Amino acid sequence: MGRRTRRPAKCRGSSNVHANQLRTQLTDASKFVGSVVVTLFGLLVLTFFIGRMMPVDPVLAIVGDEASSATYERVYRQLGLDQPLYVQFFRFVSDILRGDFGVALLTGRPVIEDIARVFPATIELGTISIIIGTGLGVPLGVLAAVRRNKWPDYTVRFFSLIAYSTPTFWFGLMGLLVFYAFLGWSGGSGRVEIFYTGLVEPITGFLLVDSILVGEWDVFWSALRNIWLPAVVLGLNSMAYISRMTRSFMMEQLSQEYIITARVKGLSQNQVIWRHAFRNIRVQLVTIVALAYGGLLEGAVLVETVFSWPGFGGYLTSNLMIGDMNAVMACTLLVGVLFIALNILSDILYRVFDPRTRSA
Amino acid sequence: MSENSSSMSLREYLSSDTVTSMRQATAQRVYWSLRAFLGNPLAVFGLVVILAMILAAIFAPWIATHDPNAQNLSRALQPPGEENWLGTDELGRDIFSRIVYGSRISIYIVILVSVIVAPVGLVVGMAAGYFGGWVDRVLMRVTDIFLSFPSLILALAFAAALGPGIENAVIAISLTAWPSIARLARAETLTMRASDFIAAAQVSGASALRILRRHILPICVPSVIVRITLNMAGVLLTAAGLGFLGLGAQPPTPEWGAMTSAGRRFMIDSWWVVTMPGMAILVVALAFNLFGDGLRDVLDPRQSR
Repeated sequence: MGRRTRRPAKCRGSSNVHANQLRTQLTDASKFVGSVVVTLFGLLVLTFFIGRMMPVDPVLAIVGDEASSATYERVYRQLGLDQPLYVQFFRFVSDILRGDFGVALLTGRPVIEDIARVFPATIELGTISIIIGTGLGVPLGVLAAVRRNKWPDYTVRFFSLIAYSTPTFWFGLMGLLVFYAFLGWSGGSGRVEIFYTGLVEPITGFLLVDSILVGEWDVFWSALRNIWLPAVVLGLNSMAYISRMTRSFMMEQLSQEYIITARVKGLSQNQVIWRHAFRNIRVQLVTIVALAYGGLLEGAVLVETVFSWPGFGGYLTSNLMIGDMNAVMACTLLVGVLFIALNILSDILYRVFDPRTRSA
Repeated sequence: MSENSSSMSLREYLSSDTVTSMRQATAQRVYWSLRAFLGNPLAVFGLVVILAMILAAIFAPWIATHDPNAQNLSRALQPPGEENWLGTDELGRDIFSRIVYGSRISIYIVILVSVIVAPVGLVVGMAAGYFGGWVDRVLMRVTDIFLSFPSLILALAFAAALGPGIENAVIAISLTAWPSIARLARAETLTMRASDFIAAAQVSGASALRILRRHILPICVPSVIVRITLNMAGVLLTAAGLGFLGLGAQPPTPEWGAMTSAGRRFMIDSWWVVTMPGMAILVVALAFNLFGDGLRDVLDPRQSR
């Protein structure tokens, strides 16, 4: 940085500074890529050991316990279980790199195809949930920060604490009880009413979009009736997180001197809050929302089970029930990768939008 | 305390500005922390609920009105009333008694996870923070890998691999819960490492082990306690989630998550079968969150809101 102060004296220095900046950026980037690679590798090791830990004998699962010891021996070799651990691990990794996660016992199809088929349903649910969570969480968080230690603040904090403490699966069941059984406002389980199932061929995989594309409005309304409740159940959880973070970010900004300056200048309360304070927390908020989206994947496992939602979470749990470790490991790995990807995304967004992090 | 109380009242002893002994300093700190804590009604409410649950767990046979596993098919799916305060389930078992006995399982899981996670997290975090260099890099990389899974999904995978059961659920949850403690302990250690009193201890020839144990550990403990308490709510919810999915406690154990799951089929006609155990989870998780927040304000004021 010492170079920068000499810049006016030496014309040449300017390009040097740029070169230096580029170099630090490049080393930053390579460190970043390195840490991602190491984390991904660790993820593979961890999943491999989870798969090895299981008490079920993978050979018996294939040949059955009636098989002769010769058959057993043959399958044992075929699976590579006689090889040393590192060879097995190498096989495991090279299979995954080729996109081969094995065959699911439940469907008899490759696990990767199954996951590709069920994933859009989860993304659809998750996206609507995050819209609800952000749409409610951000304004409530701002409100709580502005009215700090007054009743709006207490109310928002209390409800977000309740949302934190509620078991998601139970909340879903209560929702079904009230809005499906008693009030009839929700369509109940699944993505659409049974009557409409399979009527719309998947184009994007998002039923709400597909039904509009082919003009099946009945299907669209049915899908909407079915999705709002699980989306709200999932969304309230991320709302709690988002409003809590928004509140603390806003409070930090509102205590800064430039806010006082803005007030002294005679700006209205609205201008101070939205034009000045809020503008400065947008970057932080984007990263928080990205992380909350990852958290939704977690909640989706329970919510999809409750609502018989034919998505990724439901697929994972039904495979857990029958102990199909191929499918379970693929799902676990996928979620881990998605989590890392979301973390990287939020990191990149931070770097792109917040100039202060660039030089460091 | 007796030698002092003869010359001054207890109130003076606790609030005097001139502290004469270590013991008085400790007593004053405890006193003021307690006052601050009691001034937070929500935190007190949380503590009361937690204590009530611990008492319910200890004295379950005396508090429960029925045998938690006694089936009575002639009284299946009875609504809440005088005979069965919270109703009965599909096998005619008393839900109130099952919830009371279920508190034993919840406490068992929460305590066991905390007892496993706190030392592991502390050792990993303090070692990483104190030694730095490649020790830090390796340990934190491992921590990051565990943190890169959402905890429920990792716990699910572990529980599936280990097989269902309470003990395996405890192991699975512990494996997902230690990294956040390690991160915290590392951060605390880093702020201390460069300070003068650590340097003084090093110069006077104290071993790394002694410095970690005598000087760094006491500083890490309060914030770790706060984090563990706040984690307890999450542990409870994860355990209930595992139970709900059939990977935690197995029937007929009266585990709250498993009870909720079993009641699903009868939910439409008998709302109480699902509502009551879930309510128990909610109230206790809320209590841990409120208590943890209050504890943080007292023990770890830096992180307060």
